[in-house]
Amino acid sequence: MSGHQNYTLNVNGTEHPVKDAWIGESLLYVLRERLGLPGSKGACEQGECGSCTVVIDGSAVCSCLVMAATAVDSQIATIEGLAEDGTLTDVQEAFITEGAVQCGFCTPGLVMAVHHLLESNDNPDEMTVKEALSGNICRCTGYGRIFAAVDAVIAQRQAGK
Amino acid sequence: MVLTKTRQRDVLGHSALRPDGTAKVKGDFAFSSDLWAENMLWGATLRSPHPHARIVSIDLSKAWKVTGVEAIITASDVPGQLTYGLISEDQPVFAFDVVRYMGEPIAAVAADHPETCRRALAAIEITYEILPPLTDPEMSIGEQHIPIHPDGNLIREQRIVRGDITATGPIVVEGTYIIGMQDQAFLGTESALATPDHDGGGVEVYVATQWLHEDRKQMAKCLNMPEEKVRLTLGGVGGAFGAREDISLQVHTSLLALRTGRPVKMQYGREESFFGHVHRHPAKVWMKHHATAEGEIVKIEARFLFDGGAYSSTSAAVLLNGITHTQGPYRCPNAIVEGFASRTNNPPCGAMRGFGVVQACFAHEGQMDKIAEAAGISPVAVRLLNAIRTGDTLITGQILESVAPVERCIRETDALPLPPPLPTDAHELLLPGGSGLTADRRHIVRGIGYGVSIKNIMYSEGFDDYSTARCILKDGVATIKFATSEVGQGFVTLAPQIARSVLGVDEVVTETIDTQIGSAGSTSASRQTWMSGGAMDGACRMVRERLFEHVAAIHKLDPLQLAIENTDVVDTRGHLRIPVSEASSGVRFEETFEYHHRPTEDLDENGQGNCHVAFAFVAHRAVVDVDPELGLVKVVQIATAQDVGRVLNPLSVLGQIEGGIAQGLGLAVMEEIIVQDGKVRNPSFTDYLLPTALDAPTVIASMIEEPDPQAPMGAKGVGEPPCISVTPAIVAAIRNAVGKSIDRCPVRPQDICL
Ligand code: FES
Ligand code: FES
Repeated sequence: MSGHQNYTLNVNGTEHPVKDAWIGESLLYVLRERLGLPGSKGACEQGECGSCTVVIDGSAVCSCLVMAATAVDSQIATIEGLAEDGTLTDVQEAFITEGAVQCGFCTPGLVMAVHHLLESNDNPDEMTVKEALSGNICRCTGYGRIFAAVDAVIAQRQAGK
Repeated sequence: MVLTKTRQRDVLGHSALRPDGTAKVKGDFAFSSDLWAENMLWGATLRSPHPHARIVSIDLSKAWKVTGVEAIITASDVPGQLTYGLISEDQPVFAFDVVRYMGEPIAAVAADHPETCRRALAAIEITYEILPPLTDPEMSIGEQHIPIHPDGNLIREQRIVRGDITATGPIVVEGTYIIGMQDQAFLGTESALATPDHDGGGVEVYVATQWLHEDRKQMAKCLNMPEEKVRLTLGGVGGAFGAREDISLQVHTSLLALRTGRPVKMQYGREESFFGHVHRHPAKVWMKHHATAEGEIVKIEARFLFDGGAYSSTSAAVLLNGITHTQGPYRCPNAIVEGFASRTNNPPCGAMRGFGVVQACFAHEGQMDKIAEAAGISPVAVRLLNAIRTGDTLITGQILESVAPVERCIRETDALPLPPPLPTDAHELLLPGGSGLTADRRHIVRGIGYGVSIKNIMYSEGFDDYSTARCILKDGVATIKFATSEVGQGFVTLAPQIARSVLGVDEVVTETIDTQIGSAGSTSASRQTWMSGGAMDGACRMVRERLFEHVAAIHKLDPLQLAIENTDVVDTRGHLRIPVSEASSGVRFEETFEYHHRPTEDLDENGQGNCHVAFAFVAHRAVVDVDPELGLVKVVQIATAQDVGRVLNPLSVLGQIEGGIAQGLGLAVMEEIIVQDGKVRNPSFTDYLLPTALDAPTVIASMIEEPDPQAPMGAKGVGEPPCISVTPAIVAAIRNAVGKSIDRCPVRPQDICL
């Protein structure tokens, strides 16, 4: 195929060279298929489900909609970067203990979205949480346990202040 | 005072946490789409753009010229049986003469990159002779019908006749109910990785499926291989809900791998996924209820028509489920029911959570409200008056032997608190339509509706859907194995809970889920807790017996007087108490157990027979806010009391309840695959809308525990009931709010405001 390029992506603080890649590839594809980071999931590849959520330069985005080659000068954070030292984050922990995970396909995207929300607002109200998560579809849980997980993290963080 | 810290063990009854939870929250869990192999190729499928056409010619020459293409296969490359199917083998692996639905596979390619695959597919030239699509299920089986398949258009016809068919009463109510085509819309699309054996004589496949052994059986026939040469391992499954009961890409991927001698991975995109699996049957259900002046059912007349689409899949069983649940969870002495599943050039339909009962329930619950109105009693009163009980006879003549706390389900649901009225300053996202479509607050009306359902669990009509499990106890560690598909429901959590409870161990190792053990049957029909749970319980109990024999021999005791207490083996008549870890140290006990449910039978020509194994019940109450001017709905709250037998894991059960309710809400007001002239118009998440966090209602749930003596652990399956009667409850609430008869789901704005 024509239109191949070499470039470097900064993912979770590490430089990852991408060699001889077709420039039409999405960031989601490159993360999953070229960089060995399959934690971000693809369930629609058109920006509707949030399974592929990553954070680029502080903004939560659907990596399926970003051309990888356009993200060369950015800081990309993926689910793999959250518990790098092996310790789960409070959000990850709460997703497990509150039963927010069933099949788990939506989970990485949701965990990223929740972290991103709580970074900008450490005490969001119910509607803010629902609105912030409304771009992440979960087909298994009906969202009840996901809200419970978010509530648990908010309560813990408030208590720890 | 000495305080002993009681350690909570993850035994039955506790909210044990998912063993795969850590991997899933870290993004480490390997879904089938995450698999990768050295030297791997990508596979992709060419599908028909036409719902009905004759294939005149297929020209692959240009596709072969695309650099990077390693294999192109069509029907002529299928070495074994050309067709497959769960009940009847009527669906081609690749269409070979005629295509019968839009999206039917015709060819597949393997290449070095997904983009190469796309280009190769685009270069395949097919000449079609377009045929008129037969899309009306009524016409399909009408007098003049032209068969669109060698097996004919009538997939199944079955009637039920019971009691006095001339019986009637002062109340007669009638309705024709339409149920739309719903998609399972699991998030993890179809995917598989197939690796050929070096000698090409076998293949190893990682796949997301509901039933490994059935896939293997069908694949082996099409691949013309002995079953043992087709080895399946469960790839991580991103949800299922019935859509993985039929095979999809299994044969295609395996053939490409065998042809190229290289591993091949195939993964559907979302649009392809809409074409790649069966959907919930759209149905038309007519019901006429005769009742006494007080509202007691005297007789039901009904006619069901399920649109099976182009191939039969499980339509025959869905039809059976539909008609045998005509009466709902209510007594009915007389009935005359006829049901048809017909073949059309619409997308094939098959299993989806609720399996035929969703359609029946939508109709019978609409009817119950009509009876209530005619009798001048409340929706709750009419349901209590008719509620079925254990020991009653169903319209099939089968005695309802399952524990049937229907009355309790209704009363407890009704007793759950109602939500406060919509505040005058409510957030705009809480209004019907949410932001953008903001309803006028002054117009918003609130409605309440009820739905109650009965659902068979396990397979029916003489089918022996057994399950197998193995347990090994060694040095205080239990190692368990089963082929039960984990699709998110949580059997991987439950199985170790069973082992801990029965054996008194804490450490349980679960082996890989694959075909290296006997079948577990399908993860469907709310059956795995009962069936695979029963198998696991059986295997662990057999191991426990061996352990007791071993301990008894050493201590010169009767093994029958030994028991497990927490993590110890204890002598119930003496003082012996040894930790299981010590008692099993240096020994190894291994047992495999096959659990079979009691046999069932076929229905006779009048629909009489003990066709079902067991039943579960549930009630739902829905509260909705509606803007009648704009036809917008907000589901505010769902209250539910569900008959679960026994709660083995409260958190898992709650997850099934809340998740099922969201899917039932989808069918009530959002989700429908739109098919026009056989063409699917909305195969994407942009156009097929799924409930989001903002659509999720508040759920208050109560679990009714009346252990069923027939169930291995007293527990009934809990997966399907939550999504069944919630749909009619929501639609009843909308009717209640706007005072208009609405006999279809999903309810669209025009059904409310026009
Ligand atoms: S895969 Fe990116 S939003 Fe769905
Ligand atoms: S847990 Fe399956 S999609 Fe959310």
